[in-house]
Parts: sequence; C-alpha cells; structure tokens
Amino acid sequence: MTAWELSEADLEAIAAGAGILGTGGGGSPYLAFLMAREQLRAGLKIRVIDPDDLAADDLVLPLGGIGAPTVGIERIDNGDEGARLVQMIERTTGKKITALIADEIGGGNSLAPMFAAAQLDLPVVDADGMGRAFPETQMTSFFIYGQPVAPAALTDAMGNSLVVTHATSADQLENIMRAATTSLGCSAMMSTPPMAGDFVRRYAIPRTVRQAWTLGNAVQKALKNKTDPVEAILCEAGGRLLIKGKVVDVTKEIDGGFVRGVVTIDGISEDRDRQMLIDIQNEYLVATEQGKQHAMVPDLICMVDLETGRSIGTEEQRYGLRVAVLVLPAPVLLTTPVALESVGPRAFGYDFDFIPMTQST
Amino acid sequence: MTNSSLTIGVDVGGTNTDAALLSGQTLLGSCKVPTTEDVTTGVRNAVAAVIDQTSTNPAEVAAVMVGTTHFLNALLERKKLSRTGVLRLCGPTSRSLPPMVDWPDDLRACVDGGSEYCDGGVNFDGSVITALNESEIRQHCAQWREDDVSAIAVSGVFSLVDPQCELDAAHIISDEMPGATVCLSHQIGQNGLLQRESATILNASLQTLGKTTVLAFEKAFSDLDLNANLYLTQNDGTLMSADYAMRFPVQTIASGPTNSMRGAAFLTGLQNAVVVDIGGTTTDIGIIVNGFSRTKSEGATIAGVSTNFRVPDVLSLPLGGGSVVQTDGNLRIGPESVGYRLGSEARCFGGDTLTATDLVVAQGRAQLGDGARVAELDADLLTESQELINEQIADVIDRMKPSSDAIPAIFVGGGSILVQGTLAGVSEVIRPEHFGAANAIGAAIAQISGETDRIVSLETTTRERALDATIEEAKLRATAAGAEPDSLEIADISKTPLAYLPGRAVRIMVKVVGDLKS
Repeated sequence: MTAWELSEADLEAIAAGAGILGTGGGGSPYLAFLMAREQLRAGLKIRVIDPDDLAADDLVLPLGGIGAPTVGIERIDNGDEGARLVQMIERTTGKKITALIADEIGGGNSLAPMFAAAQLDLPVVDADGMGRAFPETQMTSFFIYGQPVAPAALTDAMGNSLVVTHATSADQLENIMRAATTSLGCSAMMSTPPMAGDFVRRYAIPRTVRQAWTLGNAVQKALKNKTDPVEAILCEAGGRLLIKGKVVDVTKEIDGGFVRGVVTIDGISEDRDRQMLIDIQNEYLVATEQGKQHAMVPDLICMVDLETGRSIGTEEQRYGLRVAVLVLPAPVLLTTPVALESVGPRAFGYDFDFIPMTQST
Repeated sequence: MTNSSLTIGVDVGGTNTDAALLSGQTLLGSCKVPTTEDVTTGVRNAVAAVIDQTSTNPAEVAAVMVGTTHFLNALLERKKLSRTGVLRLCGPTSRSLPPMVDWPDDLRACVDGGSEYCDGGVNFDGSVITALNESEIRQHCAQWREDDVSAIAVSGVFSLVDPQCELDAAHIISDEMPGATVCLSHQIGQNGLLQRESATILNASLQTLGKTTVLAFEKAFSDLDLNANLYLTQNDGTLMSADYAMRFPVQTIASGPTNSMRGAAFLTGLQNAVVVDIGGTTTDIGIIVNGFSRTKSEGATIAGVSTNFRVPDVLSLPLGGGSVVQTDGNLRIGPESVGYRLGSEARCFGGDTLTATDLVVAQGRAQLGDGARVAELDADLLTESQELINEQIADVIDRMKPSSDAIPAIFVGGGSILVQGTLAGVSEVIRPEHFGAANAIGAAIAQISGETDRIVSLETTTRERALDATIEEAKLRATAAGAEPDSLEIADISKTPLAYLPGRAVRIMVKVVGDLKS
C-alpha cells in the first residue's frame, strides 16, 4: 500500500476544500491548518492512506474538536490533545491504535487528526464520518451503521481527561461530552470509539480527504489561471449549479446555541429573475425556489464567492455578497433509510422526505 | 475646542499630501503638495502651504491632525522596526502554535526577538488557567536584556475577560527592563489570541518609530512657529493624542480611507451614505453609518500579517482618471492606468494613450489639456464608456450597501468627475465643493473615541452591571486619548451571546466618541 504524504500545498488545498464541504458550517480550518503545517516544518510526516488499504484488524480512532469556536481561537490547543486521546484509548482497550480518521471532513475538524498523526507517526485514513459538516457528533455514518458508543474520550488543553466506558446511546454520549466540555472551559478534543479496519472500509465515507483536496486545488488553480473557480468546482466535483446571484436578505438568530435563519438570493446575469431561499441551521439545509425544494440535506448545499471560489459560512452572510450556490450529491451511505432517520430533512424538523438532487430538476 | 478654534488636517497619500485649515466647522483653505519619501517633509510643506495660503498666524492654530503612512510604510519596507520579545501567558494551553507562526518569513526575521510560553491566562469565565510565575518572567527578561531586545509584547489567554495577569507581567518586565517598551494585548485587539498577539507585536515593533515620528512632527511644526497640539488619526477615523500615538502606532495604519469618508460626511452633512473616492488609478468605495466609516467584519491583514484589527470596509476598483480605455474588441476601461504620467501620456495632454480623463474632456465636462486632440472621438463610444463606468461603480456600490434600499452617493477625489448621470441603486449623486480635500478635512474634524471589547460571564455579574462597566472603561480610554469627558457619547454597542456556549457568556463591544479636550 502506498501512502499519500502531504505537502504544505496539499494541506492548503485540503483546508480550502474542507471549507466548501462544510456546507456553511464546521468552523474555520485556519488554526488546524497552521498546526499541521508546523508539524511538516518540524520535519514530521503526515501520511494519508486509502480505506481499502486497511486490514480487517486495524484499529482506527476518530478525532475531532468539540466546543465553542470563540473559545477555540483564544485558548488554543496545547498540541498534545490528540496523542493523549490515543494513549487513553489504548490503555482502556489494551489494544494498539493503528490509524486515525476525522469524524467530519467539513470545516475545521477536517484537519483535526493530522497533528496527532504526525506526532505519533500514524496514518490518517482518507475518509470521514460525514462527507460534509453536521451540527452534532453522533450524526456520522459511523454511529448510524453501528459504531459502539464506548469507550469514548475527551481531553482539553490543560490535560483534564475523561474516558466514557459506557453510554446508553450515541445521543447520550453526545450529552455527556457536551456537558463535560462546558466544564472544561468550552473547548476540547474528543475521540469517539475506535473502529475495526473492516468496519471503516464499509461504513466510512470514502476518499473525502482527496475530495477536499480536489475541490481546493480546483479553486486554487482557477484563481492562478484566472479562470472561473465555480466552473472548476463543478468540473472537478460533479455537482450542479443551483444559482448564481447576490444575497439580498439574511434573517438569523441564535437559538439554543445553534444559528437558524434564511438567506435570500436574487439571481444575476443568466439567472436574472430567479430567486432562491436557503435555510440555515448552522449549515445550509434546504434550497427552495418558488415553493419547490431544489436541494436538501443530506445533499451538500455549498455556497462560494462568485469570484474567488472561497466558501462562505453561514456566519458571514450579509447583504450584497456575490455567490454561487452548488449542490453536491450526498454520499450513498447517508441516503439509506436508516441514515435518513438521523440526517434527512425530518431529522432537522422538516415535514417532507428526502428527494435526492439527482431526481429534482 | 471652541467653535472658532483653528485646526489643520493633514492626510498623507501615495502621491499627494493634502492639508486643510478650518475655523471651527468652516473651511478656510486647502492645498496639495507632493508626498515626500520621508513623509514628514511633505507634511511640513503641506502645513506651511495652507498657513501661507490663508495668511494665518501660526500661533493661533490650536491643533494639527495628521493621517500618516509612516507606520504602514515601515512595515511594508521592513525598516525601522524594533526587535520584539513575546511573552505569551497561557499555562499549558495554546502551545501548538508559536507567536508569529503565520507571518511572512522576512518580516518575522526583522521583528522576532524570541518568544516564550509562560504561566498565566484565564478561561472564558475568568477562572485562572495557571497563576503568573514571577521568577519565570524575570528569567526571560534577563535573556532579552542580554539579546538587546527592548520591546516586549505580552499576550494573555482571554485577557479581554481579565487583563490582570498582563498588567502584573508588565510590572515585572518594567522592573527587570527599565526603559523597555511593553505592549499588552488587551489594550490592542479583539478576541482571537493569535491575531491579537500579532497586532500587539506589530505595535511593539513600531513604538520606537512612533516616538521618533511624533518628535519629528513636533519639531517640524515648532519650526513653523506652530504651538498647536498634535494628533494622529486612527483606523476608525477618530484621533489620538501624540503621547497616545507613541504607544499605539499600529492603530493609525488604515486611517487614510477613513479620513476621506469622514470628510465627505462633513462636506455634505450626510450621516448615512456611500462614499466614492476616485483617484488617478483606483476608486475606493466605502460606507458611512451615523457619520463613521463602516468597519470590516473580518480582521485586517497588515503587511502580510493576519490581525483582528477592525479597519474600514473599503472595496477598491481599478478605475480612475488615468485608466486606459481599450477600444479593440470589447470596450474596456482599466485596470491598466497611466498613473502619475497622465500629464504626458493622456491624449488630451499630447500623448498617445486614450484615458478615462480624455473621455471627460471630449464630453466637454472638463477643460484639461488640448480639447481638439479628443474632438474626433465617436459619440457612441462616449455614451458606451460612460455607461460602462457608471455600471462598474454602481456594481461595487451595490455590494457595499447595507440593504437593497437606494442610498445617497458622495463623490470625492480628483477623479470624481468621471461619473455623470444616474447610477443604479443610488438615490442621489452628490459632488460637494472642495471634494478634492475631503481626506484632509476629515482629519481636521475628527473626534476622539474609546473602545472596549469584553467577554463577560453572567455567572458572576448581571448584564446591566457588565454593560455599565464596559461603557465606563471605554470612556476612560477615550479620556486618556484626549477626549473631553463631558462630551462623550455612545457611538456603538453590541452584545452577542456566544454560540455553542452555555447561554451565560456574552461578548460586549462598546465605542464612545467625544470632542477633543481644549
């Protein structure tokens, strides 16, 4: 098996692409990118392996940040968090962790395993549990398809650590972790339970690190060659353009720690006379035009700057932004009936069923 | 300041340095001189010229307000910067990213005087991460003394929640390193440790230059027999006193566009409008809200360094009086420009290049150079190019507008004559008298402000008490910067509950503005 050894340029492309896959949420990958880059500059290596190269008895640990972004950019990670989680889980299970994986490829968590991977010389699996961003840690293909709910671990920058050896459900695990994170100052790193290599091969969303890289690289190349970055994204990612337009209205409120709202986009140039509404709940959830849903979660509704291809987060929304709204197909693993129970429109409070982008026009 | 006090505003631009002399709110005169390489000489020349032009007795001038490019130039040229030591008070946290990790290598090489992680810092709720370790700080000071580092930046985790450990560290440093410059992050920037720390380091590295610059201005003005107080304009369009400017030079870096916008507001009496400043090569478009320029929501990148400074939200368009008009194939205006060579290369001035200025001359709207040289220009071309110019500017205005409502547009700057007729989304096109000196006028009429940004945990206090304390602190800052305490008014308050935090934490930002103390 050959590993993909990341360069600084690769990290930059992955961070840019992870922003697009964040579908408006997921937070900024900037600090995680800098941290990973520091590891490369210190002479360490970040190796990415294909999920198909995992052996059945490999043991893969998912890592990600949890807490408030406002805190995470002020009380920055110590740098030992990921390695400590690996150690804690190895001690609890008595087994060796052989690879790391991201829970969430969208946004800042995409690069969360990279730092520890470099420190411990473990490979990162080219896959994740969402193929995008979702608001809660249990909304992963891992949990949907039977990842055990224990042992899970949490640690913060000061070294406070805990292992959850039993939880009654994934939801309960999320509750425990969120409460603990609050008492740790609202910023921590967590690992959900380790998974066997053959489980990851079957149930992880495959090759999403590569997908992020492809998206980011397409945008960077287009900017360098002064060609259309939106065209480049569509070309490389196989999605569909929903509308090119400008943001004319944004309604937003914070509700129980989550941002909800609607963005209204008026079409420009070839899309003149069209208007699209995008629902926000941390991420972009549903795109509606004249009362008809054109795209919906779990398909990926992505919004990028029309000129730079840079992803635009739900928090940055304001009047006058020139944007392209794209929809990328949800990973197959997220569109099965059992998955849609957790990540389909109804899971977000809508009273309609999922219609894939491939079936709507 | 009394209503009839004489004030002189100066704004340094890339090409010209403008000065304007006002008596209270009345403009007495303005003039333009070339910007000089050392900047100070150009400022002196502009002040001398406007005094001369208005036959003013220098002794009667009460204040000179300068918007200068000294500090930005120093950062861009990597010159005259002090090597700076960094003390990060973080305990075991925040060690994955060293200070200056995302700086351009050459700038970092000029400024980096060695950085240290130390005990200290608090959590978002004010609880202590680790207590300050005095002997640890003294040891680092000894090293810096040995390395001949005399500027120190101190950044504590959540120092906006509780600045005490930064203040305590400053005492220890001053004790160990008498005469050293010490900059504290809670006095400089906003939430976001790395970016606030970078801004603090930039500021520390500029302090020596800050002192020499202020002294050079004071000497230049006293040579002109001025006995006026000196103020520098800062990024938000308000002033700081000379001794404040020596301590916070980095706050002056983006004052140029703000001065133009404030001047435009003053000249028109409008408090809410879009300001279009058209020069020779570029057009800067910004928004004034309640008389002040709107700031960008994301932090500014200064000389390649990502900071969380709030700077004016300005979009620039490569369009100005010197823009080259391309008529082969699709009509294009800009982005190429003949720039300062307009006087020799433009068609109407005897050159071979068709420029935006030639279009205006051909339309008979300006008497410049030789009108006959552009008389044969096609009428359709003139109409089409006018539409194109208006469209380009209207498009940027639309991006900047706060809502879809039509908004008045104020045109200032030498190139503002390029625009003629109506613009989509604009309720009214206003070209005030003295539009060429809006920037200097903006400096002359500037007020004093004070700002605070706090994250407050409501576990230990009430919302009202927290707000009062934040306002009080902003007022103290404004007074320290030279404001008349009785004139202070609240210009801006924002209270944001923090997402993903248990609903007991709120970020409060307050800005107060008042008149200059006489």
